Amino acid sequence: MFAVFAMAGEHFSRPPIDWHAASPELILLGVGVLLTVIDIVWKERARALVAGLASVGLLAAMIPVITLAVDGEPRSMFGGAFVVDDYALIMKAIFLLSTYVVVLMSTNYISEGDYWENEYYGLLLTSVLGMLLMTSARDLISIFVALELLSIPAYMLSTWRKRDLKSNEAGMKYYLMGVFASAVMLYGMSLLYGSSGTTLLSGINEAVSGSGGPSAVVTLGIVFVVVGFAFKVSAVPFHTWAPDTYEGAPTPVTAFLSVASKAGGFVGLMNILFVGLIGRDDVYQPLIWILAAASMTVGNTVALRQTNIVRMLAYSGVAQAGYMLAPLAVLSTDVVTTGGATTIVADQALAATVTYLAIYAAMNLGAFAVVMAVARKTRSAEIDDYRGLFRYAPGLTVLMTVFLFSLAGIPPLGGWFGKFRVLEALISPGTAWGSALAVVVAVNSVVAFYYYGRVAVKMWVEEVPDGNMDRVSVPASLAAALAITSVVTLAFGVGPGLIGHFTQVSLLVGVGG
Amino acid sequence: MLLNQFLLLAALLFCIGVYGVLVRRNGMLVLMSVELILNSVNINLVAFGALTDDVGGEVFALFTIAVAAAEVGVGLAIVLLMYRNRRSIDLSQADLLKG
Repeated sequence: MFAVFAMAGEHFSRPPIDWHAASPELILLGVGVLLTVIDIVWKERARALVAGLASVGLLAAMIPVITLAVDGEPRSMFGGAFVVDDYALIMKAIFLLSTYVVVLMSTNYISEGDYWENEYYGLLLTSVLGMLLMTSARDLISIFVALELLSIPAYMLSTWRKRDLKSNEAGMKYYLMGVFASAVMLYGMSLLYGSSGTTLLSGINEAVSGSGGPSAVVTLGIVFVVVGFAFKVSAVPFHTWAPDTYEGAPTPVTAFLSVASKAGGFVGLMNILFVGLIGRDDVYQPLIWILAAASMTVGNTVALRQTNIVRMLAYSGVAQAGYMLAPLAVLSTDVVTTGGATTIVADQALAATVTYLAIYAAMNLGAFAVVMAVARKTRSAEIDDYRGLFRYAPGLTVLMTVFLFSLAGIPPLGGWFGKFRVLEALISPGTAWGSALAVVVAVNSVVAFYYYGRVAVKMWVEEVPDGNMDRVSVPASLAAALAITSVVTLAFGVGPGLIGHFTQVSLLVGVGG
Repeated sequence: MLLNQFLLLAALLFCIGVYGVLVRRNGMLVLMSVELILNSVNINLVAFGALTDDVGGEVFALFTIAVAAAEVGVGLAIVLLMYRNRRSIDLSQADLLKG
């Protein structure tokens, strides 16, 4: 029997591995394993270490991301299944930094709540590892494995408060919806594989482009795949899990889900649409159009009548997912000329979505950080308990106003620039459907301003309900999270060139085939 | 090759699974329905792989089986947790969060 293996060994040669390109993932994997080992060996004594170690690991993984970006050369491994290009690197940086902020937010919350600290950070890093893999995945198998790697730890994290019925329910709903969605998506992937005979996205693109091939099977495959990702990014009508899970899960986990996990879904969707299905815009364009318009409209209208700020942010997140989906609805390989410069529509749409994702990560994490800080005093997430916040916590009030107004898209804050890029991407192809969606975006921005503004009015104008004027104690790590997110939100608004320079990425070149 | 029969079987399993997820209110049965969908995917992948004589389909199916096992492990833990805390795995009773 060993002889068989030995013979097989002679013919088997390992595919070349570019260690530099894979090093962000390898560092995270190493730190994740280290956290687990420390937990097993030192048990309770490890508690003081884990949060620090996790943040060091996340920042250490940033180093190869930066060196790869300086190097600038697109790298491809495993026959084009793992690609590191500018787009993958900018998304990796967004994932690592936003998770670093989540760790800063978690430090006090998790240790004071007497949760299982060591496992918490291990699972958080595992989930980020899945997201980093997703940015580079250009193959159905690696996309599927990355999606599960980022989802499975997230199911456990949202059930983190084991004795709490609400947390149980949050995890249960998230889990059932999540597995159902990935099963449906997998069925779609099997159909795409069947109609092209390869799992590589570039090969699928060649097989399904144009009218050649079994069209009904391809259409069904595309629909199922898009629906599967629509669950992940909480687009209407597949958003029902989001508000319940966000309310029941521990708040730092909610922040993580609403930013990193959602961005992970977007990255997977963009990889498949841009690299694998760009030739079938007749199928996915109407589908994404409906999803985007429905998410914005339903998300914003339901957010109007929420009384809990976490649920309000959940529905606002549904609406924001609609804004980020919108540019993907005009995706095509057509070329537009604006002001003498020619760009491909798809590149412009990609840049708009990536820009919005980066800004959304900063402003949404910031809003959740303020919610956590206020809850340290009031022990509540009801919007009515934000009345008179300015009287006893002026700093937090100013920050919350910045984040909410940025989410609403008011200049000169980051969210405004994000919306501007989305509208630009929608209008410049000059199609009727694109312009119609731009109108939907504009109308929804006005509606959204009502509920963001309502919270601001409660904070600034109204009186403190119970007259309790005690200060809110903000621990150092939470303050650091607030500082990072607010600086980023302001900087992207004041100097749009900052982010605009980095997010001019393309997925149509250097995909390894 | 008898491709159609395999695809029809997979489509049937898929439909039963989706029906189960949408209609059943028992946590365990919903999990089993998801498993049905995943198995229909495996049938599809292996059938397509055999048709095109490409090993990628079988490899994909193996990955699906492995990942599904991990997924079900977590799912059973969550269902068990729910049973410990409320002595029931009826999903329609899980209605603390709404609005």
